[in-house]
Amino acid sequence: MTSTESLIDRRQLAYIASQAADARLNVELETEGMTLNIGPQHPATHGTLRIIAHLDGEQVVWAEPSCGYMHRGYEKLTEVRTYPQVTSLVNRIDWLGSFANEVPFILAAEKLMGIEAPPRAQWIRTILFELSRIANVSLFLGDLGVQLGAVTPVFMAFRDREHVLNLIEGTTGGRFHPNFDRIGGLKDDLPAGFIDETRAVMKTLRNFCTEMEDLLFGNEIFQSRTRGIGVIPKDIAMQYGLSGANLRASGVDWDLRRDQSLPMAWDKVDWKVWTHPDGDSFARCWIRLQEVRESTLIVDQLLDNIPSGPVMAKVPRIIKVPEGEAWVSTENPLGEMGYYVVSKGDLGPFRTKIRSASFNNISIVPWILKGVYVPDIITILASLYFILGDIDR
Amino acid sequence: MNALLAADLPYWAQSLLRVLGGVVAVLLPAGTIVYLFLFKMMSFMQSRLGPMEAGPYGSMQLFAEVGKWLQKEDITPARADRVIFKIAPLVVLASTFLLVAVVPFGPDAWFTNFEAGVFYMLAVSSVSVLGILMAGWSSANKYSLLGGLRAAGQLIAYELPMVLAVIGVIIQAGTMNLQGIVLAQNGGEIFGWNGLGNPYILTQFTGFIIFMIAVQAELTQTPFDMPIAESELVSGYMTEYSGFRFLTFFIAEFATAGVFSLIASVLFLGGWGVPFAWFDWNSIDDVSDWMNVVGPLIMFTKMMGLAFVIMWVRFSYPRFREDQLQRFAWKVLIPVSLVNIMITAILKVAF
Repeated sequence: MTSTESLIDRRQLAYIASQAADARLNVELETEGMTLNIGPQHPATHGTLRIIAHLDGEQVVWAEPSCGYMHRGYEKLTEVRTYPQVTSLVNRIDWLGSFANEVPFILAAEKLMGIEAPPRAQWIRTILFELSRIANVSLFLGDLGVQLGAVTPVFMAFRDREHVLNLIEGTTGGRFHPNFDRIGGLKDDLPAGFIDETRAVMKTLRNFCTEMEDLLFGNEIFQSRTRGIGVIPKDIAMQYGLSGANLRASGVDWDLRRDQSLPMAWDKVDWKVWTHPDGDSFARCWIRLQEVRESTLIVDQLLDNIPSGPVMAKVPRIIKVPEGEAWVSTENPLGEMGYYVVSKGDLGPFRTKIRSASFNNISIVPWILKGVYVPDIITILASLYFILGDIDR
Repeated sequence: MNALLAADLPYWAQSLLRVLGGVVAVLLPAGTIVYLFLFKMMSFMQSRLGPMEAGPYGSMQLFAEVGKWLQKEDITPARADRVIFKIAPLVVLASTFLLVAVVPFGPDAWFTNFEAGVFYMLAVSSVSVLGILMAGWSSANKYSLLGGLRAAGQLIAYELPMVLAVIGVIIQAGTMNLQGIVLAQNGGEIFGWNGLGNPYILTQFTGFIIFMIAVQAELTQTPFDMPIAESELVSGYMTEYSGFRFLTFFIAEFATAGVFSLIASVLFLGGWGVPFAWFDWNSIDDVSDWMNVVGPLIMFTKMMGLAFVIMWVRFSYPRFREDQLQRFAWKVLIPVSLVNIMITAILKVAF
């Protein structure tokens, strides 16, 4: 604790001193700062995030994210949808890992109704959840290269992610928006041949992870661009409510898959939560790489002992959720994603609050961008890894 | 001198031939590099096919692209400095043409042949900085301005290692004439063995590496592409350009890559020549006329090899940060090249 405090103190003192020195120079030379709008239309923002950065030369004096350009009002829209219809809305929140968005909502509804999906459905849910995590984060690994100027990794990411999307499509019928999770289970069972194919694909993805380690993470330029850049100390990360890999990269051992008991299959298999003590951009990227590999191992183990049985519990044809309130959150690819569902006993929710990971993750942007250079803005934003749909909902 | 090109042509015809030759020498390498490396090799490295539809195996894609760019509207931003904005791409392209003027392609196939060739080459290669700075400043765009200033800082920082890397070659060859350097390499010998001539890549390997790194930076290719840096600065100094003016920047970028590869092959790989010992030549006067035809082909082959390396690095590396780049130039490249000069000078005196 003391070490991080002194780190922050040193950082702040150095920053104040450099600001004072710059200010004297600026008064002498009569220079003025420049306000740079990075976005809403900018190649590095994955959509329409706008960063207002006040620059002194190439150094950021202050920066502020401005979001809401893609607000689609999903929280309000859920109030005029029935429970089964909501999944088709919410899997557009984090569009790269869309199945993972459906799960917490369905779990919340099931919690209110007091039913539980049969074991086979839980296992398939977990498999699809991890597949969507792989699909999401492998794209991040490729995109990271593009943000840093290396164009080749992104194509490798797309090449191998394609196999995962094929698996998801083969099971659910939708590549990006599966809409497959149902209250009480799943729409369908796994297709024939899924298990063998998935094993092969998981092997491909582990190769992809090794390839990325060789191509990108071992590169000296990449390391010099990310190591020690955008350091988030442990306590600051917790204060800003970061979650997911961003939090684990700061050394907090916190993973909702392990730390809470949900009717999912994570506790049935053996896996490891990766943490990194550094808290810099490299740590965040490295954690994600390890998590893709860990996910492939989880899927492999789940495939080994998948139980047989039905994939749907007995639920009424017309689903009415009894009165009550429920909060369920899961460890989504981007971090903690949760739904607070308020039911008044109707066909649809009375009110839904969606806690999406990216919105909290980018709240640290004003703190972390202070004093960095323009190229590092891009590195830090890339390593924080947000998806615009997940910020604006 | 031989009589192939020195036939009794009137002055205007000679000039016309030179201009046409210059255009070919600039555009042909540029086109080949763009098609073979940028379209095809890059695609194969990224597990895709690249352009396949236009012409057999996509070979006409280049013309399709040029046609597309020519059709586009020529936009000048409202607050831009119009004259400078319009001149800037031409200044950048002009530097390429000025560069190719001193490159010898054969015993008689040259545009100009004068004593201070290397000096001239290093001088005019900085003209492009001026064009880039003009483009960055006049676009009235913050990203362009940042890109232009980055380019200026970077290109000036990398002029120096390039100059210092070439000095080793000049010491060894004893001349600043590029034709003279070619002859010195092909007529040279390594410890009495002249079967390979004396290409300076062997004796000046450090200089060659430094030169290629500096070329990479000079061309603003990855890992030194901060002035363009599409993920940070959208497109840097080129952001506001469209249509033909963007095309001019594009041609200049790849043509300069070609011309710098030509110059590197002249300085380090023996240029157009073959080792003179193969044919028992002793001086430039002995060299056969057919070298004027074969020489450019040899040059072209070497150029493609070097351009391949430039592009290969471009496709596989992430980019530096501006301050890291400056540190690399001043703390690594310049000291190393100074040591290289010293060692070369000592060995030159010793042998």
